[in-house]
Amino acid sequence: MAEAVVSDVHKKIRAVFEAFDNESNNTVDVREIGTIIYSLGCFPTQADLHDLIAEVEKDHTGYIYLDNFLPVMTKVLLEHKFPPIPEDLLLQAFEVLDKEKKGYLEPEELTKYMTQEGELFSQEEMDEMLTALADRDNNVLYYKDLISQLTIDPDM
Amino acid sequence: MNVLVVKEEDYLSMVMAECYLLLSRFAAIRAALLIQRWYRQYVARLEMRRRCTWNIFQSIEYAGEQDQIKLYNFFGFLMDHFTPASSERNLISHIFRKNEICRDTEWERYFCYKSIEVTDSYTGPHLTFPMTFCGVSKLVEAFKHKQQLHARYVLQLLGETWRLLRILPNISQVTACNKQITICGDLHGHLEDLLLIFYKNGLPSSEKPYVFNGDFVDRGKNSVEILLILFGFLLVYPNDVHLNRGNHEDHIVNLRYGFTKEVLGKYRVHGKKILKLLQNIFSWLPLATVIDNKVLIVHGGISDTTDLDTIARVDRHKYVSALRPPKLTHDAVNGSKTMNNRNRETRGPVDGRRRVCSLSYQSWAPDHSHDLPRRSLHNASVSSQLKWSVEEELKRRRRLAGFDQSYGELKKSDSDSFTESETTETDEWKQIVDVLWSDPMPQNGCIPNEVRGGGCYWGPDVTEEVLGRNNLQLLIRSHECKQDGYEFCHNRRVLTIFSASNYYEVGSNRGAYIRMGPDLVPHFIQYQASTTCRELTLRQSVGWTESSALRALKEQLFVHKSDLISAFQEFDPNNKGVISLRHWASTTERVLNLGLPWRVLRPQLVSSTQCGMVDYQQWIRELSITEPKLEISDNSILETMYKNHANLETIFRIIDTDHSGLISFKEFHQTWELLSSHLKTEISAKAITDLAQSIDFNKDGSIDINEFMEAFRLVDISAHT
Repeated sequence: MAEAVVSDVHKKIRAVFEAFDNESNNTVDVREIGTIIYSLGCFPTQADLHDLIAEVEKDHTGYIYLDNFLPVMTKVLLEHKFPPIPEDLLLQAFEVLDKEKKGYLEPEELTKYMTQEGELFSQEEMDEMLTALADRDNNVLYYKDLISQLTIDPDM
Repeated sequence: MNVLVVKEEDYLSMVMAECYLLLSRFAAIRAALLIQRWYRQYVARLEMRRRCTWNIFQSIEYAGEQDQIKLYNFFGFLMDHFTPASSERNLISHIFRKNEICRDTEWERYFCYKSIEVTDSYTGPHLTFPMTFCGVSKLVEAFKHKQQLHARYVLQLLGETWRLLRILPNISQVTACNKQITICGDLHGHLEDLLLIFYKNGLPSSEKPYVFNGDFVDRGKNSVEILLILFGFLLVYPNDVHLNRGNHEDHIVNLRYGFTKEVLGKYRVHGKKILKLLQNIFSWLPLATVIDNKVLIVHGGISDTTDLDTIARVDRHKYVSALRPPKLTHDAVNGSKTMNNRNRETRGPVDGRRRVCSLSYQSWAPDHSHDLPRRSLHNASVSSQLKWSVEEELKRRRRLAGFDQSYGELKKSDSDSFTESETTETDEWKQIVDVLWSDPMPQNGCIPNEVRGGGCYWGPDVTEEVLGRNNLQLLIRSHECKQDGYEFCHNRRVLTIFSASNYYEVGSNRGAYIRMGPDLVPHFIQYQASTTCRELTLRQSVGWTESSALRALKEQLFVHKSDLISAFQEFDPNNKGVISLRHWASTTERVLNLGLPWRVLRPQLVSSTQCGMVDYQQWIRELSITEPKLEISDNSILETMYKNHANLETIFRIIDTDHSGLISFKEFHQTWELLSSHLKTEISAKAITDLAQSIDFNKDGSIDINEFMEAFRLVDISAHT
């Protein structure tokens, strides 16, 4: 039974890995590894990611080999190392930033926190986030709606 | 004492306040971290979906191209095997009559536009010749306002273009020494993109040279307009506008990918004539451009046999279609060879290769004198920069003077004997196919391009070798859609440029063009032509393209319905109607052969799974995305029809020799017989008759191809409800 679970996890990892393996030689660009790990339903911090990359990118070639990645990632998935963020926690987080309890965030408010606290967003990421998430009509972020819209089943 | 107490209280509340501040800051950091993590994960998931979408489009596109070449080879097979008297041969022989090359005087007659009246009711632009900058600008403006150019002017402009193209060398030599040069990739009938490039970069002129790297036509709606604009500028600035031939500048490819249909739709009376002229014009397009002896620009790429000397020398116009070698009679000798075998032979890596080592790059390129001779319309010494043998030079001049020698030669090679010239022709042909159809690959080596079905894949070692041998520093090519409009590979020595934005679907990719100065360093300008996609957020645009990719994929799944069911049943011996996810993924790939990450796509394709099992019968039922518009009792013919929709339409168009859009009842039957022998399946004559009768022919015994195909276009029912 346990073996079947492991082999299933392996297949899942391989499938995602292959989507990024442009040269079909069981390697991916190290810059894609974050996307791969996130796509496998994990929610690591940037620091977690760096540690993980350090662990699998042994020779600093800029490429990650499936052979190195597979065992490490299998362990991550089986141990649920980077579990999804529960919606209520996320809601609380937005409420912390929404000091006046308006139910929405101004782009300026959000930009201040995202680019000055935590694992800082680059200007590019910030612009993208605002275009993607701000309400079309009045240009603010209704975070409650966004959470339910964007958080979908971690199985995918 | 009292004072002190107050002070202590003050101090305490201060500390409290500090603590509170610190705590709330800490909470903010934690909150920020959480949101950042959540958002980054969301973006990564989008990226994953975008990647899959891209793979779907690309796989389906390349599978289509492969079909096209298979079909073409199939006709070749028939030509080689059927006796001349058989009706099939008569039906299709005209596409192989490569000797559309008739004497120039006959062509001149063909170009004759004088009998065509421009009536007062015509509101489009009027052209005067010789073309001027003003004239072409007027044309651009008119096309911007969706006007159409009168057939008389079209023919006149094409005639002028033909005369000019004939004196251009196979490889155009240009310099970026004193002015920046602009290089554009595939346009594929996307007029919006061309207009946007002109808007951002300026119109072509002697101060603003351009190279257009092929694939001007097909797929998009405005191939005609793009051609007329490009040809117009070529006529005004023959020294500063350079057109390379692409794999779509080929009348056989046009039968399938829409250009033939576009021309016939826009020019109902003269369309046939226009197509015939274009066939000839395409064969006269130069094959490559070289900037300052250092940068090679070709549409597809190179192979390990690419030899610029040979390419500079070939009689390019002999290759009216690059899809088939000029002659294959020696294959017909061995009747037992299958199509696939022959496929492999004609473009296999081992067979038929002749490795011509060029003495040096200098033998075909001018030496490093910086003032290249300017091309002139009336200067027959164009080719003098290419040091050929006297004989070849003579031959060329004779041709320019109107004594076409190649006519006799081609006639000779029509005989069944295996001659020396035949080998040369096959070699030459391969040189051209490789340049027009090849794609780079990351691995070393050179292998036939089985994905596209034409040309080859070449590796970084081949790039090094060919560029090194010719003392070149960069290869610029197009031919492949890239998400950002351009992409480097092979250690930055190969650069792909693609100028049609939103190629697969609105928002699927950006277009780009290159600007290059005397330092020969490429600079990129990216753009996206559609207004709709600029307004879309990232999520909406991913969602948009994704759903159209999935729709396309579901169509593919649908047409392979029976194959899928029987393949699934192998893993379902007890007929429970369910199989494991693992089997589902591997089987689907085996049947469709698209190289897609099916497990990743599963949630979007299969609505529900139970304990890792897929209810495939339910799934197949859900895939029934279309409703036949006609009542046909025979389901197998229907499926064949859907699966071979594009092939069938191509055969119809080939058979419709006079491009009338109508074929006779008899031809309709013959088409199906051809298709069924191609597929090696039996389609009964009765089934075909039923099919024919289910369409209401207006008793005149002919069938409208467009209406017939339209009736069978796959329509997504869910999209309409």
